[in-house]
Amino acid sequence: MIRAGLIACLVFAACSAPPEEAGTPVRDPLPDDIKRSGTAFLQPDTRALQADDFANPGFLWIDRGEKLFRAGVDGSKACAACHGEDGADLVGAAAHYPQVDAASGELVNIEGRINQCREQHQSLPPLDYESDDLLALTAYVSHLSRGEPVSVDVSGPAARYYEMGRDYFFTRRGQLNLACSQCHNEHWGEKLRGDTISQGHGNAFPAYRLEWQTLGSLHRRLNDCDEGVRAEPMPLGSDTYKAVELYLAKRAEGLPIETPGVRR
Amino acid sequence: MKNDRTDELTLSRRLALTGLGAGMLSSALPFAALGEPEDADAAIRDIFGDGRLNEGKVTVKLPPIAENGNSVAITVSADSPMTEENHVRRMAIISPRNPIAEIAVFELGPRAGKAEVSTRIRMAGTQRIRAVAEMSDGSLWVGSASTVVTLAACVIG
Amino acid sequence: MTIRISAPDTASKGEVIELKAMIQHKMETGYRRDSRGDVVARDVITRFECRYNGELVFASDFHPGIAANPFLSFHTRATESGTLDFTWTDQDGQSWSETHELTVE
Repeated sequence: MIRAGLIACLVFAACSAPPEEAGTPVRDPLPDDIKRSGTAFLQPDTRALQADDFANPGFLWIDRGEKLFRAGVDGSKACAACHGEDGADLVGAAAHYPQVDAASGELVNIEGRINQCREQHQSLPPLDYESDDLLALTAYVSHLSRGEPVSVDVSGPAARYYEMGRDYFFTRRGQLNLACSQCHNEHWGEKLRGDTISQGHGNAFPAYRLEWQTLGSLHRRLNDCDEGVRAEPMPLGSDTYKAVELYLAKRAEGLPIETPGVRR
Repeated sequence: MKNDRTDELTLSRRLALTGLGAGMLSSALPFAALGEPEDADAAIRDIFGDGRLNEGKVTVKLPPIAENGNSVAITVSADSPMTEENHVRRMAIISPRNPIAEIAVFELGPRAGKAEVSTRIRMAGTQRIRAVAEMSDGSLWVGSASTVVTLAACVIG
Repeated sequence: MTIRISAPDTASKGEVIELKAMIQHKMETGYRRDSRGDVVARDVITRFECRYNGELVFASDFHPGIAANPFLSFHTRATESGTLDFTWTDQDGQSWSETHELTVE
């Protein structure tokens, strides 16, 4: 299996020249008129599964997240106590993440904000990054913004994170020596074995990947991409991945939040 | 009935194997080049016994292409009025390629109202999935459909 | 264990209604290996039953070929008002249930 993946990627690597040699525009930012969500690159059946609000398996986590949101754990204050029953006050919020936390000056994504709330306002320990509970809460909060166009602030204190994420996106890495941009800017829409290469947007995450057979975070997806090019993956929740998340959000600006997405 | 034909090939194969343990089937015989692998046949006999397998009455709906074999939507239905006198007792989903041929067995009956079940299955590669329905009169009916399971671009792990 | 049920709240007598049920469960096949190369033990739901006022109207035996987070759509004929009970049981006998009230007019 590993070998098969490697061979496919190597073949692809051999065919893809760096942008300056091929004369391909770097496409940064990706122009609005060609911007397309990952759903556009799925088979009709997978797309239909995402669109089905009962059968989309991601809703198992949305339901769980809603329950957690409403219930205080171990006598602590519930999320709903501050953010409104049904999370009314958070509608639209997820479209503006990641963002720089005013108090600490650090970049936080939704996972980070939830854990911050737990520690500062609920006297609860932070949840593990890829735990079902953190995924459930993140998916629930993101789902509250479903349909809202992604729009993040990359100015001021966010600028350095944006630059960091941008660098990551355009830097070749791993044994296959591939940058994110080579697949997702220069070759999207083309075939790579059975797949059609997407533009690499994160607007449907946390998403249910058929490959994972579970819901997963955008950082887990980035981790898989790094492994796919045989690069050393970064830790989930790391500053690097949060910076990439910010760059991707800016790059996906205008695309609607789709959480919970279904991906192959 | 448009396809009221006994699956003679399957039956004669099975007869030839009488006395062999089910576990030995795959190792005792090579896969037929064009036929259904033996363990799928064995699984059907295991579940439904020795009755004659008729083609028809059962419809299997699968997508032409699945982009991941971990989850493929399938709908199995049988042509039956689902009354007290005439209904589907059981329906099974059988794979000729998965490690275990038997994927699911549904128990219906007159109270099911309609002999149509949807679920999501795992498919270990491109194959023709079979579904068998056992009617209240004991007759067995089989239908099938195939799906191409594509290979992902980047295989992790 | 999160369970989702889709069923109508009301139906007319004799009407065939569609029931959908999904449960969060990894349906571990027993064929996968973890990052250390060790086989991940099989952990699957083996049985699903739907009872209508106590009477079994639909059931299914599951094997590892059923996808993770098992989804089912099936039917029943609405005969009387009452409770639909959905129960999943795993290989070790642990079970999870959910009910739905149906009014038949």
